[in-house]
Amino acid sequence: MTPRRTRIYWTAFAVILALLIVAPFGLPEFWRRFLTEILIWGLLAMSSDILIGYTGMVSFGHSAFFGLGMYGAAAALLTSRPPSLWLALLYGLIAAAAVAAFVAYFSTRLRDIYFAITTLIFSQIFYVIIFTWTDVTGGENGLAFSRPALAIPGLFSFPFTTLTLYWFVLAVVTASYLLLRRITRSPFGMVLQSIRENEARTRAIGYPVERYKIVAVMFSGLFAGLAGVLYAVQNRFAAPDFVFFVVSGETVIYNIMGGIGTLVGPIVGAAAFLLLREGLSRLFPYLASVVALPGLAEFPYLIPLGVIFIAMVIFMPQGLLGFARRRLNE
Amino acid sequence: MPTTRSFTSIWEYDLLEQILIQTINGIVVGMILALVASGLTLIFGIMDVVNFAHGELFMLGAYVGVVTLATLVVAALGAAIHVTTLRPLLGRDPLNTILVTFGVSLVLQNYALWQFGPVARKINEPFVGHFNLFYLEYPWYRLMIALLSAAIIGALWLFLKYSTYGVWIRATTQDRVMAQAMGIPVPRLLTLVFAIGSGMAAASGVLFGPLVGVNHAMGLDWVLKAFIVVVVGGMGNLVGSIAAAIFISLTESYASLWVSPSQAIIVSFVVLILTLLLRPTGLFVPTPK
Amino acid sequence: MSTGAHTEPLVRVEDIHTYYGKSHILHGVSLEVGHGEIVGLLGRNGVGKSTTLKAIMGLVHPTRGEVLLESQSVGHLPAHRVARLGIGYVPEDRRIFRLLTVSENLRTGLDGRGVSEARKKELLDMVFDYFPVLAERRSQAGGTLSGGEQQMLAIARVMMLEPKIILLDEPTEGLMPRMVSQIRHIIHVLRREGVAVLLVEQNVPLTLEASERVYFMEKGQVRHQAVASELHADHEVVHKYLGV
Repeated sequence: MTPRRTRIYWTAFAVILALLIVAPFGLPEFWRRFLTEILIWGLLAMSSDILIGYTGMVSFGHSAFFGLGMYGAAAALLTSRPPSLWLALLYGLIAAAAVAAFVAYFSTRLRDIYFAITTLIFSQIFYVIIFTWTDVTGGENGLAFSRPALAIPGLFSFPFTTLTLYWFVLAVVTASYLLLRRITRSPFGMVLQSIRENEARTRAIGYPVERYKIVAVMFSGLFAGLAGVLYAVQNRFAAPDFVFFVVSGETVIYNIMGGIGTLVGPIVGAAAFLLLREGLSRLFPYLASVVALPGLAEFPYLIPLGVIFIAMVIFMPQGLLGFARRRLNE
Repeated sequence: MPTTRSFTSIWEYDLLEQILIQTINGIVVGMILALVASGLTLIFGIMDVVNFAHGELFMLGAYVGVVTLATLVVAALGAAIHVTTLRPLLGRDPLNTILVTFGVSLVLQNYALWQFGPVARKINEPFVGHFNLFYLEYPWYRLMIALLSAAIIGALWLFLKYSTYGVWIRATTQDRVMAQAMGIPVPRLLTLVFAIGSGMAAASGVLFGPLVGVNHAMGLDWVLKAFIVVVVGGMGNLVGSIAAAIFISLTESYASLWVSPSQAIIVSFVVLILTLLLRPTGLFVPTPK
Repeated sequence: MSTGAHTEPLVRVEDIHTYYGKSHILHGVSLEVGHGEIVGLLGRNGVGKSTTLKAIMGLVHPTRGEVLLESQSVGHLPAHRVARLGIGYVPEDRRIFRLLTVSENLRTGLDGRGVSEARKKELLDMVFDYFPVLAERRSQAGGTLSGGEQQMLAIARVMMLEPKIILLDEPTEGLMPRMVSQIRHIIHVLRREGVAVLLVEQNVPLTLEASERVYFMEKGQVRHQAVASELHADHEVVHKYLGV
């Protein structure tokens, strides 16, 4: 990037970060938590962008990474006294990494559509295991636990409030974003993009494509697992629903809506989707009361959302960000 | 000679009887699965489309409840879906089709949720009655399902081999560009294929409905199993899908003698993983391409 | 012989440009083929001869310029419509349907065109007359035929469509030398049947012998036109556009 664009970028980054830091002050409790959730899902979407946007591997397996991160954190928080944040992070990341390794092994053997379907089936495999292994995972009901404090044993311990948790999550997500940005702009990231553009040629040039793919899946899985840990810490429960493949599907939706290959796009997509969902789920009951059509209240918000998604894939494959970018360039 | 007992609970029988019943169950369910999977593999083999909405088409068929009506209505719906959402994607990366059909599946599923509510609905078998299998009784209806599924698949095979559209479809599968150059109206043909696949999914849904009851989310399980079958059978391989469907269904049925049904599905996962490790192009494909 | 009672050429290509991604392939190609006329298109590899044929066929759509079939603009139409309007295409590598039988290959374009069963039989008989080898192998899968037989099948199935013009892309490529006379014979047959031909070929003597006119292409454009009988394989024009 030219020096001028670099300055513009970092200025924009600083402004947005500042806004995000002060945002919760003006917001009621519900919206503070909502904002935190947007960040967490945004992190998940960003992690999947590494595969979808940068390496060109559409994966429906992110619910497995996310879910295992969540359950790993749950394991730590249920077994450590007092519940340790750092152990939750550690267990969660290890669990996610294990799943990622499993998926990565197969990823190198399969291309495109086969990979997408297989990742989907894998996330279902983990779902079924978690769902049926009631003794360990709590089965259908999941696991409930208490939120750990931000603590270094022996030095200090601050229990999280909604506000401080938000800032913690913001810090983690920002750090992840910067780290991922560094990775995608590194020579490693360039090779990934080259794989996306033309895998055969990249291989012909001499790059060990399989190894790059494995590392990409590992990175993706780790950050997705991190999102899972954050989610567990925020909500204090782990449930199999989050491992169900629909979560992966929604993640892909965030990516497409926001714009793949941009890292920021998926976060925007997640925010847009969640806001849209919140808005629509309030809209219909409201409309129902206004128009006196009680059936309307039940109208699933996913129908218009699904239609919007389909329209975006067909007409705006570059996503919101890509669309905006083109507008700005004109 | 033992008196005949009605088919109430499998655990009342001894092991040999259980194995026998599960064999037949496995074949029956396997035939339905084969019907669903053949629609899916047909669509993928000819159009390179991964139809995520296949399970929802199955589910909608089950709600309609009457075979001929369901097949026609859902086939028309399939054609509409293809024209509006898939034709615009012709020429683009096939991965887009996964995304779009995923969106369609969300819409259809939630539409069913809205229209029919979240509670599973019981559907009665169109006719009752058992026949005597050795000294067991087995419902006629289940046998009829298997036969009807086989008949539909057989009709499909004949259609592909001998009819004009069948020749066109086979030509288009081999070389889409030259098919166009020969004057075959490919876009319309693809819509036809999608409609046929959708109709088949709906028919399977109708047949299967009475076995477990219908609800808006039933498509999810089926689309997953169907995908496993398609991958194990070899994508685009019709015969392979049928063989894989029966194979997987049988192994699951046997497995459910020892574990609960929701755990029995792990068997199919294992089969899938083994296939991917050993013969990724499909277990039932004669020679790896 | 070429125009006969027609005042307009059968096919006219006017200044077409095509792109492949960002690559500019055709830089303004113009040519015409009269009714029943045999026209050759010569040039080195990669100058855009095949692309020109594809553009006429509607497999590639020009971003600029016109493709006219009997004064009707067809450049934007999908290939299957173009085929139905009377343009036949025989690509490089033949590309017959390998898993379909010879009969099925021959029938692919016929159905759905409103052709009566009697006429279908007539056309089949005609084709089997011209290509007895195909009659022998009618129930065999296309992929089992030899290169030369596949070439015959590729041309035969297009003839079944009763086209007004056939676009032939390198018919002698990969064939044994004695097959070249077969191709020459087929082109004579087409001329006799009144079918126009646009022939892309590397075999210069064949092209000059079979065609009435030839165009020479270079770097995505048509650069020169000549009457075939006035040229021979050693002519300086030939060397200019094809020589090493």
